[in-house]
Amino acid sequence: MNFVRTIVAAGMVAASTSAFAADITGAGATFPFPIYSKWADAYKKETGNGLNYQSIGSGAGIKQIQAKTVTFGATDAPLKAEQLEKDGLVQWPMVMGAIVPVVNLEGIKPGELVLSGEVLGDIYLGKIKKWDDAAIAKLNPKLKLPADAITVVRRSDGSGTTFNFTDYLSKSSADWKAKVGTGTAVEWPVGVGAKGNEGVAGNIGQTKNAIGYVEYAYAKQNKLTHTAMINKAGKTVQPTIEAFQAAASNADWAKAPGYYVILTDQPGEASWPITAATFILMHKAATDKAASQEAIKFFKYAFEKGDKMAEELDYIPMPDSVVKLIEKTWSAEIKS
Amino acid sequence: MAEMTVESDVMDAAGPYDRARALSAFKLGDVTFYWITRACAISVLLILGGIIISLIVGAWPAIREYGAAFLWTQRWAPSADPPVLGALGPIYGTLITSVIAMMIAIPVGLGIAIFLTEICPLWLRRPIGLAVELLAGIPSIIYGMWGFFVLGPFLANTFQPFMISIFDGVPVLGTVFAGPPSYLSLFNAALILAIMVLPFITSISVDVFKTVPPVLKEAAYGVGCTTWEVVRNVVIPYTRVGVIGGIMLALGRALGETMAVTFIIGNSFKIQSSIFAPGTTISAAIASEFAESDGLHQSGLILLGLLLFVLTFFVLAAARLMLMRLEKKAGN
Repeated sequence: MNFVRTIVAAGMVAASTSAFAADITGAGATFPFPIYSKWADAYKKETGNGLNYQSIGSGAGIKQIQAKTVTFGATDAPLKAEQLEKDGLVQWPMVMGAIVPVVNLEGIKPGELVLSGEVLGDIYLGKIKKWDDAAIAKLNPKLKLPADAITVVRRSDGSGTTFNFTDYLSKSSADWKAKVGTGTAVEWPVGVGAKGNEGVAGNIGQTKNAIGYVEYAYAKQNKLTHTAMINKAGKTVQPTIEAFQAAASNADWAKAPGYYVILTDQPGEASWPITAATFILMHKAATDKAASQEAIKFFKYAFEKGDKMAEELDYIPMPDSVVKLIEKTWSAEIKS
Repeated sequence: MAEMTVESDVMDAAGPYDRARALSAFKLGDVTFYWITRACAISVLLILGGIIISLIVGAWPAIREYGAAFLWTQRWAPSADPPVLGALGPIYGTLITSVIAMMIAIPVGLGIAIFLTEICPLWLRRPIGLAVELLAGIPSIIYGMWGFFVLGPFLANTFQPFMISIFDGVPVLGTVFAGPPSYLSLFNAALILAIMVLPFITSISVDVFKTVPPVLKEAAYGVGCTTWEVVRNVVIPYTRVGVIGGIMLALGRALGETMAVTFIIGNSFKIQSSIFAPGTTISAAIASEFAESDGLHQSGLILLGLLLFVLTFFVLAAARLMLMRLEKKAGN
């Protein structure tokens, strides 16, 4: 198995890096690709040092860093502390995003429809089949919902977005946890799969009475009708940068080994319930020390000067308190 | 006789030593050529063997875990602990989409080929021929996107509701063409596949139809046959082997096509009776889940790949057998 992995990893990297002679190479999650490339572009202008990031998926990113074929790996699903220890890796959250349920319902404007985790779970379990179901009506007494069947849309490809979405459903619906669980690809009880965030966004845009979930940026750019959610504190929240940041700052980063915090369903009255961080993985003792140092410099730059760029692309920068913790981790754990 | 003596005298004058050397140089060249071509041919076997071995090595954990039950388990739950994986859904999807695609592509492809070679006015022959070959040149991802944005909505809004209302209440067909209409379904994927394999069937058929000796056709026309009768009784029987070869090539493409199918099949591992429901194929399942998979899940996906390999092998072997039988029957 390791043999195959190494071959696959080596092949991917050989194919991806040969075109550039970049100092730093990274690979992994597709979700942060736009912001990583924007940061890399700005960093190159400022320092002349290039960075080559290949968005090949979180799972592949983990494999690449384990095989030591890249300077850093990137993943939406964090590794557990034991796994980090075993592979000699350091992990930290780099930037955050949020996942929003989106719908295509005639006459319903963005933010009007309110859903709870439990109802969302029942819709994705196929237990709630029609829009005028009593459970949805109870949350939305003022809305007139159609008596039509719900078309459930989800990702067809394995993805970090799905990981965080199913993690949220597992936390808010016992039935979901027992029957389906959390994963980058799961056994979906109902619905059709579309490829990528753009696939889901496109499908929702075209299909009447559909519901799906996408990264916030995709909902915004495609002008999709997002829903409001009821969070852990029982408050109705809209997907806004403030709500996402509230979820991040309410999370207990300091006590989590390896920053293993999944940001879904965090406490706090203002927290958006389906918020997610994306993580960076690096070796404590890298074989190429120069590249490793250069990568740290790049991440430092991104934390210090990249916030505005992140917000422009609808990502959420890490709160300063968390950045301080991360910088301490670097100096303590990464050997140069 | 005299000339030959003269010739051998000339050769002798050049010296017996040189002659032997020249001959051995020729021989050396020949031997080298023999071994180089032989090595090229054998390398195919080595590459194929390497692929099979690495697939088996990669799939081994899944083979050990699930055994033969992998083939008839329908559940695909990679996030369960331990993962429950079964290939029945993807196998069903692969076969059903290929069969539907062939059901559409064979008559249409042969129709185009017959029209082009027998009926088409000369000035129209080139544009149609070019268009068919252009179909083969379009990258599959373009088919996928077109399927997602254009064909899918058309089928879901127009074609599928029509079919569903026609067959509503009819036994069997009512279940095959059951709602709700969907942008992403087995049928949409099969239709895209049919368009994609069309050029394989058409170009090969056109080529083999052209090999029919004109005298055979002229003779048939001479005894008063219609165009239809000529095609049916002269052209098709004469070219049967080649046409079937083209169909098999198309079937191979349909079984393995990945990108376009991944876009519009809906990736559902459940087997549903309606062809308007989402499904998945072996290659689409691998393409969708491989990047984010690990451990047993990844091993299961590699095992799916091995299955596709075996499936394609059997289809091609069956095609060879069929061709051999036909050839024997034809008495060649």
